[in-house]
Amino acid sequence: MELLRSLAITGTEEVLSISGLILLLAAAWGGDKASRAISIAAVAVLTVCAVLTAPALCQAAMGPGVSAWNGQFSGDAFAAFGKLLVYAGAAVTLIVAPAFFERDNAMRSEFPLLVLFAAMGMGMMVSATDMLALYIGLELNSLAAYVMAAFLRSDERSAEAGLKYFVLGSLASGILLYGISLTYGFTGSTSFAGIHVALAGPLSMGAVFGVVFVLAGLAFKVSAAPFHMWTPDVYEGAPTPVTTFFATAPKVAALGLLMRVSLFAFGAQPGVWQQIVIFVALLSIVIGALGAIGQDNIKRLLAYSSINNVGFMLIGLACANQAGAAAMLVYLAIYVAMSIAGFVAVLMLRDENGAPVESIAAMAGLSKTRPALALALAAVMFSLAGIPPLFGFWGKFVVFQAAVQAGLLTLAAIGIAASVIGAFYYIKVVKVMYFDEAADVVRGRSDVAQRVLLFVSVVAISPLGYLLTKSLGVLAGHAAAALFHIA
Amino acid sequence: MIGIEHYVGVSAILFVLGVLGIFLNRKNVIVILMAIELILLAVNLNFVAFSAFLHDLVGQIFAMFVLTVAAGEAAIGLAILVIYFRGRGTIAVDDVNRMKG
Repeated sequence: MELLRSLAITGTEEVLSISGLILLLAAAWGGDKASRAISIAAVAVLTVCAVLTAPALCQAAMGPGVSAWNGQFSGDAFAAFGKLLVYAGAAVTLIVAPAFFERDNAMRSEFPLLVLFAAMGMGMMVSATDMLALYIGLELNSLAAYVMAAFLRSDERSAEAGLKYFVLGSLASGILLYGISLTYGFTGSTSFAGIHVALAGPLSMGAVFGVVFVLAGLAFKVSAAPFHMWTPDVYEGAPTPVTTFFATAPKVAALGLLMRVSLFAFGAQPGVWQQIVIFVALLSIVIGALGAIGQDNIKRLLAYSSINNVGFMLIGLACANQAGAAAMLVYLAIYVAMSIAGFVAVLMLRDENGAPVESIAAMAGLSKTRPALALALAAVMFSLAGIPPLFGFWGKFVVFQAAVQAGLLTLAAIGIAASVIGAFYYIKVVKVMYFDEAADVVRGRSDVAQRVLLFVSVVAISPLGYLLTKSLGVLAGHAAAALFHIA
Repeated sequence: MIGIEHYVGVSAILFVLGVLGIFLNRKNVIVILMAIELILLAVNLNFVAFSAFLHDLVGQIFAMFVLTVAAGEAAIGLAILVIYFRGRGTIAVDDVNRMKG
């Protein structure tokens, strides 16, 4: 009975792995000609998984009733919230990838499979309640992601991005593992519940070192400063659909993991990690804002923007309470929509030969040649900057509100000041598009799928998004409540 | 008598050597792969030592998983390195600089 119950709770992981293996056979048999069909099948699989996941979130599942495999996994509302965002990011990647790679004759049928296996790993990351499940999920995601970063073999930048991502990602895994081994040694347990209980007593020096190493390793994975140095290079070098993936799904999974580890496993000792999170949040906000100034590559600019946004999300974590966690999840959902809109718009920037345009200078006067695309990009930039009528403002608002309520006034004040610096480079892009002499470089046609995706995501981040605030708040509340429901 | 603190000490030294190997090495990417393996071995030593000390099997099982994943990681790292070498004709660390800023 226990076995059947556990199997039912980890149903999405089973669907993803089994259908991934079946599609792997199909890919081996059908070859690269079948890659488009396999991509469509993979999107269908992700949709099925999303449908299977949704009830846990709507019914606010939590507690021991949804804990599987002897406390290794939890199928609670928090995991469901993370998984839905992860599947959305992965599905968007699969939809935009074939057209991008086919231009370079580089579409391989294993690409959708890598995305599926990575999605499975990320599902494990957000639902892990044991260090072992955490590590396996993280590596399942990372190993697929290293290959995806280096996927465009003909492009030197792609191989370099893969190499840099691999070296720094493995270092991060090593640091994380070292921290896990120390926490295991000094608390005597690898399960989050066991660590929580052990840390509630007197704190040993070794356990503090363990907590610090685990947080440092996870900060690498969420690309928070001072561990952000890989982000701009990997975002620039990786093929744009893969960058879309990196900016959405793994970011959600790693942030979800960081939340569960700090608020649940290390939840008995918030004093130990709160200072670190505050420091990392402030540094990420400032470095993200200053580093983006003077960048000419739009993907690099969005990479710094993601570092900046991760800093804002970590403010929610620094509150170390349920309201802060709920605010962080709302921000995360809005950030995913903004990233999808931003990178799909970047994918649509193509010159007359269909080659990708990444330079901001080449986007000059885009409002005259491609008014709709320029409008969408302007909406993304204003939303990322958090300027009121757009939905990006709401994310920043709830996070700062939680910080003020938790008494972190200094943190909120510095964060707001730094977001003004950040607005400078976002608005500079808008200025180049709307007020500069038209460069008329962007002439390529974009396909229907891209236009539909861009339209949907831009509507979500437009003022119309505020219609969603109530339901988004309720769902994020369910997820945060599940995180704080300690059995 | 060799106690747990000696094992943890050796493991800490191996870990620091591995991290330094990644950051100080200016010659060859292969050396970085070796440094990563060294870090993972330090972790495994920690796990096995703590497992014996705590009379708890979980640490040893964890070490098995780490070994398995390390093998996969090395395979993928070398594969990426081969692709990189085909494009650039070098694997010197100082030449990994197509992107900056």
